[in-house]
Amino acid sequence: MRSIFLQILAVTTINLKSLPQRLWLSLATVIAVGLVVTVLLAFLAMANGFQRTIADSGAEDIAVALRSGSLSEINSVVLRDQVRLIEDGPGIARGADGKPQTSGELYLTVDGTKRSTGTKASLPLRGLGPQGPALRRGVVITAGRMFNPGTNEIIVGKALGKEFEGFDLGQTVTFNSTRWTVVGIFAADGSVFESEIWADLPVLQSLFKRVGAVQTVRARLINPAAIEALRAYSDSDPRLKLDVMSEAAYFAQQASNTSDLIQKLGWPLAIAMAFGSLAGALNTMYSSVAARATEIATLRAIGFSGFSTFVGTLVESLILAAVGGVIGAAATYLVFDGFTASTIGGSFSQVVFNFQLSPRLIGQGLLLALVVGLFGGLFPALRAARMPIVAGLYGS
Amino acid sequence: MSSPNSPMVGIVDLCKRYTKGKETITIFNGLNLAIPRGDFVAMMGPSGSGKTTLLNLLGGIDRSDTGEIEVASERLDRLSESELSRWRASHIGFIFQFYNLMPMLTAAQNVELPLLLTRLGRKERRQRVETALGVVGLADRVKHYPKEMSGGQQQRVAIARAIVSDPALLLCDEPTGDLDRDTADEILSILQVLNRDLGKTIVMVTHDPAAARYAKRSLHLDKGNFIEKELAA
Ligand SMILES: Nc1ncnc2c1ncn2[C@@H]1O[C@H](COP(=O)(O)OP(=O)(O)OP(=O)(O)O)[C@@H](O)[C@H]1O
Ligand SMILES: [Mg+2]
Repeated sequence: MRSIFLQILAVTTINLKSLPQRLWLSLATVIAVGLVVTVLLAFLAMANGFQRTIADSGAEDIAVALRSGSLSEINSVVLRDQVRLIEDGPGIARGADGKPQTSGELYLTVDGTKRSTGTKASLPLRGLGPQGPALRRGVVITAGRMFNPGTNEIIVGKALGKEFEGFDLGQTVTFNSTRWTVVGIFAADGSVFESEIWADLPVLQSLFKRVGAVQTVRARLINPAAIEALRAYSDSDPRLKLDVMSEAAYFAQQASNTSDLIQKLGWPLAIAMAFGSLAGALNTMYSSVAARATEIATLRAIGFSGFSTFVGTLVESLILAAVGGVIGAAATYLVFDGFTASTIGGSFSQVVFNFQLSPRLIGQGLLLALVVGLFGGLFPALRAARMPIVAGLYGS
Repeated sequence: MSSPNSPMVGIVDLCKRYTKGKETITIFNGLNLAIPRGDFVAMMGPSGSGKTTLLNLLGGIDRSDTGEIEVASERLDRLSESELSRWRASHIGFIFQFYNLMPMLTAAQNVELPLLLTRLGRKERRQRVETALGVVGLADRVKHYPKEMSGGQQQRVAIARAIVSDPALLLCDEPTGDLDRDTADEILSILQVLNRDLGKTIVMVTHDPAAARYAKRSLHLDKGNFIEKELAA
């Protein structure tokens, strides 16, 4: 047993000490693997940073209720009676007037035109009650005023107004053949709400034929822990077939769609590149075996086992790949960690976020590197172990 | 296992062929050979007569097709590859024409390689390496790398490597083929000492009649058969 270990150690030492003779080829493999890991980690760090940023922008003491199983607002329906039941639910904060701090909301889409490209895109149009703005962090009117209840007035999030035509203060726009006037511009602490248009709920309900129904209910909790009580209340009442979660949890869930998408782009790209670097690793390791043929054969003649030459070759490959992986991870960390990005598509069009690496992601990158090293070394190592000794000694 | 009194090498009716594509070259067809323990044999013969092939068969790094081959009391034709590996480690020392040292290892590290296959601890290994390098007169070159040494010195390191684990049989393929006369004589004297004083059995392939005179006898291989000539000591 100890002899096997000593053999492997000796063969590996000899391999690694002869690396300088194959410096450029080995370096090329290291760099190729490093690039694969950099690309993978850049994508994973982007997805991770995006998701964390979105999740962080949600509040823990705001509850969001949607119809059970409707993964996003657009698919949800909450009926008037259900809204009332939520308002009477446990853990809901009440204002100075004693009214529950809740907001039933509609979430519709309307067409808009991008300023930069002139292309059409759907924009979120939200109908909310008088308490709606207060149930979101940092909502302030930066220009103009709040819409008046019962009128065709809208206020526009500043990110949306910047990106789409026709939403300047005082302009009128047409949705669903009705005309609306922009009476205010609002900010919302940089959150996704800045990419929305807001209008009075009852007006939207009647003009869009949704009388008596909303899509979500938003409520302030007396404290973050109260979400449990509210969820238990909703689950136990058969009239309330609702999913109740904190705004932070809801955002994290929404972000996971996009971050999954980023990962689904990143992995195939990295794996395709990994195949390229695998070809390089195979080439490097086959030439390593060829260059060491006499040495391998000499060791075998002395009595070294085929297994030790197998493992020695494999370890060389794994070490090259691991070095590449570490360099790739370091490069990602230096270049991308904290790198700021924005404008990802979907409902989070204006989110500004940082790339964020984590030990788990780095582990994934290194794992991919080692897989490349493993397969890049396997067949050359088999060749090293199976090479006839006589052929290696006399170079036939 | 045979008794320790059995000859070092016993070959009976050995056949060895190489097939290259559709061509089959017969190297040996019914070869017989006995080499007693403690012998020092010079093996001569024209190029291509099968000297190296025979040495490889004796050392268990090549396989015969049919026939018996017993070396150091072991029937090599009955051993598996891994058994052969282990057998080589304890019974055979190879000495090659071009030394076959590991260029990235020092003299001492090169000589230590066969000891990594034993149960010896680090300290014992170092002692054995020093002893072996002392035997070949290179005690002061322990930390030198092959490229810092002359051909003769490198071959002496190779001899130290071949004897360090105390094998009974040394197989030398043209050990002086790449050396000048004086250096060759030094190397051959060392082999002679190993045979005479340490009792090593030596089979040495050589083209050089002067080198063959260091052996106890020579065998002439021609077309796969031996013509034996006793030499005056
Ligand atoms: N691996 C091999 N495959 C095919 N033929 C081989 C192989 N090894 C040796 N031979 C052939 O076997 C014959 C004997 O070769 P060998 O090397 O034993 O000769 P030798 O007596 O050592 O010659 P030299 O004096 O030139 O070293 C030669 O004809 C050679 O071409
Ligand atoms: Mg030869």
